[in-house]
Amino acid sequence: MSDVIHHPAPARRGWRQSDSPVKRAFARSRTVQVASAVLLLIVLATLLAPWLAWQNPFDSASLELNDAFLPPWSEGGHGAFYALGADDQGRDVASAILYGLRMSVLVGVSAVLLSLCIGVPLGLVAGYAGGWFDTLLMRLADVQLTFPVILVAMLILGIVRGVVPEGVREQVAVLVIILAIALSDWVQYARTVRGAVMVEKQKDYVLAAQLIGRSRSAILGRHILPNLLAPILVIAAISFAHAIVAESTLSYLGVGLPPTQPSLGTLIRIGQSFLFSGEWWILLFPSLVLLALALSVNLVGDWLRDALNPKLQ
Amino acid sequence: MLAYLLRRLGQSALVLVAVSLIAFMVFRHIGDPTISLLGEDATLEERAALNSELGFDKPVPLQYLNYVGKVVQGDLGISYRLKRPVSEVITERLPATLELALIASLGALGIGVVLGVYTALRSEGWLSRWVMTVSLVGVSLPTFLIGIGLIYLFAVELRWLPSFGRGTTVKVGGWETGLLTASGWSAIILPAITLGFYNMTLIMRLVRAEMLEVLRSDYIRFGRARGLREKDLYFGHALRNTLIPVITIAGLQIGTLIAFSIVTETVFQWPGVGLLFISSIQGVDVPLIAAYLMFIALLYVVINLLVDFLYLAVDPRLRRR
Amino acid sequence: MSPSDTQPPPVLRVRDLGVTFDTYRGPVQVLSDVSFEIAAGEILGVVGESGAGKSMTGAAVIGLIDPPGRISSGTVELNGKRIDGLRGEAMRRIRGRRIGSIFQDPLTSLNPVYTVGRHLVETIRTHLPLNEAQARARALELLEEVEIPEARVRLGQYPHQFSGGMRQRVAIALALCAEPQLIIADEPTTALDVSVQAQIIALLRRVCRERKAAAMLITHDMGVIAETADRVMVMYQGRVLETGPVREVLDRPAEPYTRVLMAAIPSVHQRLARLPVPEIGAPATATATATATATAAPVRAEPVPHAAAAEGKTLLEVRDLGKEFDLSLGWLERLVSHQPRRTLQAVDGVSFKIRQGSTFGLVGESGSGKSTVARMVAGLTLPTRGQVLFDGLDRFQTQTDLRRRIQMIFQDPYASLNPRWTVASLIAEPLEVLGLSRDPNETAERVAQALRRVRMTPDDARKYPHQFSGGQRQRIAIARALASQPEFIICDEPTSALDVSVQAQVLNLMRDLQDEFGLTYLLISHNLAVIRHMCDDIGVMQRGRLVEAGDAQEVLDAPQHAYTRALMAAVPDIRHVH
Repeated sequence: MSDVIHHPAPARRGWRQSDSPVKRAFARSRTVQVASAVLLLIVLATLLAPWLAWQNPFDSASLELNDAFLPPWSEGGHGAFYALGADDQGRDVASAILYGLRMSVLVGVSAVLLSLCIGVPLGLVAGYAGGWFDTLLMRLADVQLTFPVILVAMLILGIVRGVVPEGVREQVAVLVIILAIALSDWVQYARTVRGAVMVEKQKDYVLAAQLIGRSRSAILGRHILPNLLAPILVIAAISFAHAIVAESTLSYLGVGLPPTQPSLGTLIRIGQSFLFSGEWWILLFPSLVLLALALSVNLVGDWLRDALNPKLQ
Repeated sequence: MLAYLLRRLGQSALVLVAVSLIAFMVFRHIGDPTISLLGEDATLEERAALNSELGFDKPVPLQYLNYVGKVVQGDLGISYRLKRPVSEVITERLPATLELALIASLGALGIGVVLGVYTALRSEGWLSRWVMTVSLVGVSLPTFLIGIGLIYLFAVELRWLPSFGRGTTVKVGGWETGLLTASGWSAIILPAITLGFYNMTLIMRLVRAEMLEVLRSDYIRFGRARGLREKDLYFGHALRNTLIPVITIAGLQIGTLIAFSIVTETVFQWPGVGLLFISSIQGVDVPLIAAYLMFIALLYVVINLLVDFLYLAVDPRLRRR
Repeated sequence: MSPSDTQPPPVLRVRDLGVTFDTYRGPVQVLSDVSFEIAAGEILGVVGESGAGKSMTGAAVIGLIDPPGRISSGTVELNGKRIDGLRGEAMRRIRGRRIGSIFQDPLTSLNPVYTVGRHLVETIRTHLPLNEAQARARALELLEEVEIPEARVRLGQYPHQFSGGMRQRVAIALALCAEPQLIIADEPTTALDVSVQAQIIALLRRVCRERKAAAMLITHDMGVIAETADRVMVMYQGRVLETGPVREVLDRPAEPYTRVLMAAIPSVHQRLARLPVPEIGAPATATATATATATAAPVRAEPVPHAAAAEGKTLLEVRDLGKEFDLSLGWLERLVSHQPRRTLQAVDGVSFKIRQGSTFGLVGESGSGKSTVARMVAGLTLPTRGQVLFDGLDRFQTQTDLRRRIQMIFQDPYASLNPRWTVASLIAEPLEVLGLSRDPNETAERVAQALRRVRMTPDDARKYPHQFSGGQRQRIAIARALASQPEFIICDEPTSALDVSVQAQVLNLMRDLQDEFGLTYLLISHNLAVIRHMCDDIGVMQRGRLVEAGDAQEVLDAPQHAYTRALMAAVPDIRHVH
């Protein structure tokens, strides 16, 4: 005795007819397909960098000063091939880009994960328990939101610079940047999660769980959190893009990753000084790669937000 | 309503106090001012003398109160690097940043709202799609890349516009402005576009999203059922509801512009407060860092308050309970 | 075309209307061969369950079908002229001017940042050549006509400053602005309380009669149709089943589906043993008339003889229960406006007893406090005073054992099941948390058993809630409640969100389970008919107080308290001839 009306399902369906709105949206959008492909490529490049790049730009011993300023697609001494040219230190731009990409992605992913781990639990507790914890957290968030991400990151970097002696600075640079970006970004996770929890809290399935006596942590972790995955995913995607831009901006400004551990931003900073003297390749290629990375992440993140938006379905 | 205003003022004061605490901690505990000011080879007596002159030998809470007292009077300490009073240095460079931020934000707001409404109403047209693509690029591009790109195009290749500096400036009663000269205007265009571009795309996408959301609402449908004209529906009902939340965000964005000027000023060597801040981070010029912090906090708090009051005036649901 | 028409054409004539939706799975036919007419001064009720296509028909008439839907066949004529092919400006001129509309939810139908006066003036001036002052005068007239007190002041107020019923009156005024010839009302009273509902229905009837306007009243509530409409059209799965004068269709329905639909509606005057259930679910391709049959147990519709008050043991006792909510503004607000603390007595001194094996109904309108009482009995909210005693034990002292013995079913079948959990996990949860099952095999077995008890198959355990309909989800919720083999189940508006036929199934199921397992129910509802059908004893709540209580048949047949009487009178009744 069922009271549901069944439509006969067609035999074979591609993603265009899939029941999942995400798959349908993906099949419809050529741009997102391209962006995802680019992203995949970048991820692969990041993982395989040590094998793809013939030179390790961090290792100053492997650099050949005589090959400095060679234009793209030229051969240097000892049969070295500079596909995208060489910079002022004799660094192969192509290898530098691969390693720089690695740095940028590493910082981006770590910062997002760290922000997540800070922001989501805080948001969960604040949204569910309410009371003084919630008020405190929101006031803290207000204070922090008073400052834009870049500023908070720079402040932390500045403090670290003042506290940590010269020699140690470079070694911890990566950690500090990740920390700085994560600490400035956690707020949006906390806020969104808090808002979503406050909505879910009202729903009857939470009451049903309370009725049989489940603990608060069980309700939060097993009932509410699975329903929040969609918004968290969307924020993660978008904040990943922000993290990449933030890191490259900080490196460009000279307070991020140093030239000994360059990211794409550092490379661009180095490249800008040669813009007017004609060695355009040192600036152009890192810029293009950064643009491709940021653009594809934003495209995918943007699309994900629309695809997962329950109101648009 | 009065209670709401009081509450907001109270919160703002709290934020300012919190920030001043952080600024004070930074000010007091990062680096050693005596060495920075007097140099490495100052004698112990000279350093001790400076210490008591700066009041560093008194108990910490007293120092904090001293600090706050001085800040309120406008004495923000002496810059370690420049060896001049911080307040002087900041007021000297402030006009440059403020002008830049003003032009950038006006442009961002104006163009952003117009484009946002257009792409929401004509979301299927080719122009809309093109604008949305460009906006996505704008959101993805780091500000400095935009700046560099513009410099390359307009300064290096075309040689239409200068690539650094403010051009000729005119002093109007203590305020050094570049807006009264032609070269001033040509110098401000590229930096203003760079600074405002990200904001413009943000505002545009926000307005578009809000408007699309509003257009889906029941009262628009009901209005259509009543036979209201499309223009009354779009520019009367929909626009009013769209702009209300946009006001808050747009207002806050203006604040971020001032902070983001750091990047733009670096790219264009624009002699403003942002450039000052960067060099102070690099050189660990603590009093300047602390002062910039307080300045930004004050700015944000004031802008937030203004936006809240504006919101109150505009949204009838918030007025009388 | 009929020759020699001495009569004017009907205001609305729809012939063979078809509406198709182009979905990602191909075209889906939502309306087929819909034909009807409405003459001037006549009210046509359009009734059917969800998915019948009644709102879609209304939308098709005013040309407001959202893409990817479109009118695929048939014609719509207004006063003899076709309007179904009109687009853009031509259609806009008809909407509002010749056809007025009223939607279901008055809260979201009005723009929150426009004053009511502005809404009215804008609509008036769009259609009539009046200046600002004249339009305002007319707006005032309209507000007075829909019986809004202090109309002049109200013109300058915003929608959020009106109550739900008032807002709907404003919506009616808006529909009447340009003196339309046809009024379409889509579920105009569904979102309102029973007493307000009665007033709005009366208002609608009056304004239609006075203007001799044709009206199309779309609703799922038969009682509303009976009180208001002249003729009724019954729809099912996108087709028209039958049309005719209200009394005829209600008393002597021609179609089997209609017959069973009428019988499935619980009556506020009579209690039956079980409700007959229309068989739904036949494929849409078969002719609609052939698919509707009654269930194997047809009209066992003898009224239940009223049993003498059986003295069973008292399972649940509520003594002087109270719940106070602090509604004060923040301390700062109070200081500034010199206002004292304000509290709301949501529940004020409620006492009653429930006998084992019986059903106790708590009835009242929104704000009466009945849900709060349910929450306190369930142990979800702490009372501010009074006691809840279950089998002699204090509810709030002895938690664990009582959790197994007391269970609850909630109103919204879509929100009471976690969308991310499988049905199996949902039903198994009480077993696992309360430690009632020894190993996974036993759990699986008990889950299967629970599903069978609610007439579903054990295979359903692997699926997710969104794969089921509302009625099925409510049955899953019942299965979950039964898993721990409780003695007492609190049912908070269990069928309010369900169609009539589904409601009948669920109510029948609840009665079957009660007979089989000796369950005791506390039933919360605002629907007096459901209460009459299910309950042995009832309590009537108004604003936190229990104003009348006792044997259900006695209270409902001869209500003593004024409020109870008013409630009974306000229920739109099928048997009532207007």
